[in-house]
Amino acid sequence: MSLQQFISQAISPWMKKEGPNSDIVLSSRVRLARNIQNVPFPMLAATEELSALSDKINTHYSRQSHHRFGTIELLKTEDMKQNEKRVLVEKHLISPALSDESRAGAVLLSEDESLSVMINEEDHIRIQCLLSGFQLTEALKLANEVDDWLEDKLDFAFDEKRGYLTSCPTNVGTGLRASVMMHLPALVITRQMNRILPAVNQLGLVVRGIYGEGSEAQGNLFQISNQITLGKTEEDIVQDLQSVVLQLIQQERAARKTLMEQSRIQMEDRVYRSYGVLAYSRTMESKEATKRLSDVRLGIDMGIIKDVSANILNELMILIQPGFLQQYAGEVLSPEQRDHRRAMLIRDRLHLETKKNN
Amino acid sequence: MLCQECKERQATLHFTKIINGEKTEIHICDVCAKEKGEHIPGSKSFSIHQLLSGLLDFDQTVSPVHSTGHTPSREALSCPSCSMTYEKFAKVGRFGCAECYKAFQSKLDPIFKRIHSGNVVHGGKVPKRIGQDLHLHKEIEKLKQELKVLIAKEEFEQAAELRDRIRSLEKSLAEKKEG
Repeated sequence: MSLQQFISQAISPWMKKEGPNSDIVLSSRVRLARNIQNVPFPMLAATEELSALSDKINTHYSRQSHHRFGTIELLKTEDMKQNEKRVLVEKHLISPALSDESRAGAVLLSEDESLSVMINEEDHIRIQCLLSGFQLTEALKLANEVDDWLEDKLDFAFDEKRGYLTSCPTNVGTGLRASVMMHLPALVITRQMNRILPAVNQLGLVVRGIYGEGSEAQGNLFQISNQITLGKTEEDIVQDLQSVVLQLIQQERAARKTLMEQSRIQMEDRVYRSYGVLAYSRTMESKEATKRLSDVRLGIDMGIIKDVSANILNELMILIQPGFLQQYAGEVLSPEQRDHRRAMLIRDRLHLETKKNN
Repeated sequence: MLCQECKERQATLHFTKIINGEKTEIHICDVCAKEKGEHIPGSKSFSIHQLLSGLLDFDQTVSPVHSTGHTPSREALSCPSCSMTYEKFAKVGRFGCAECYKAFQSKLDPIFKRIHSGNVVHGGKVPKRIGQDLHLHKEIEKLKQELKVLIAKEEFEQAAELRDRIRSLEKSLAEKKEG
């Protein structure tokens, strides 16, 4: 796999495999933060120390085959153009921080892009496993396997009392951040989110918009993750998150059912209006696009719209972001040009989809 | 809602900061956020650490004004390995290296308690290779607890078996230390 292949395939192969409860949970992610003994954390380490680490990982792990992930490739951020990095951020394969700030930054990527190991981000190593639908325990299992695989040749900074030592005190202990991306439009429409969010926070979990900390919930997408990393086992952390997500799934399903029973016409109107806007607009900002796509996605999940697959919307959610639009156009675009291209792209995809099904 | 900075564009980022019970809400648009260096997707971001520093600094905010000087001063604490001072750590919200955890040991329990709901000791995975001795220690501890239970229940035959296993584990631990 070359960088170009990772950039050019719009949706990661892992996303195409439909996971459990995928009508509500889009993806499950587990991240483990690790650091190397006797090397200062990336914020303070010398560039040579960080390069040496990246080279060591390249030698031992790049172009190796992992029995679960296939061939693994190491890509250095210094070899990437700005927009290529942006595309990897939009695919959630690297973080904005690795794209912007990292010295000697690199990422190990698996063929199907479900595994990405960031090197020299805030911590020396961040293992990330991404799976479609609701597969948290499976993602933890995979991340653990990769952790063991890496630990074979790398000495991780570990302390009997504090566990895995991380750059930020919010990650110490397990270094584990487990998160799920949920589409919760019915809970938003029925104004139940405002009641649910504080309760979820009280259970030591955090709810954020899709780009993580600081971002608002666009398109009714919410990322729910654990806050506590110290004092509990990895399995317990994932279990706690899992049980809350299950509750949310049930509540979202119940809210969808109620909406269909009590306000079917209004729901159909909302869904078809959004569909119409997506199918005919000539210019569209990303905020409106994600909102409309959320409506159409809800329409598909509720059985109102039948000739569009939910998958095409997953794909569009990725494709309509600025990095992808510019990659697709092969040039830098102004915001107005992007809005124009975005509308065109969405029209084309919806048109292709309905034509295929008719 | 309009951006509270420029009062022209729609606010697209909303923060709530709660420090020592004091709540501050910030509503701001992408453009102003960029100018202020707050977190927006794809841009340089540092907001969690800015928020954290309020938390890490808390022993200063809650310490009495008339300090008797019995506690070591914050400035005096620094990491011998990477030279990070506690003061800087509290400001940037990040450790400089693994040794900082030892250097700032005396200050960390209250911080971890606040961040991790009262927890200060790791309860999860232990790395296999470098943590091998730790695995043995933990296994021996666990068996000793089980041994106590067996003796209390007067199940001496099983207890003897367990005692032998503990002895053999302790022996291999001692051998590893010598080797």
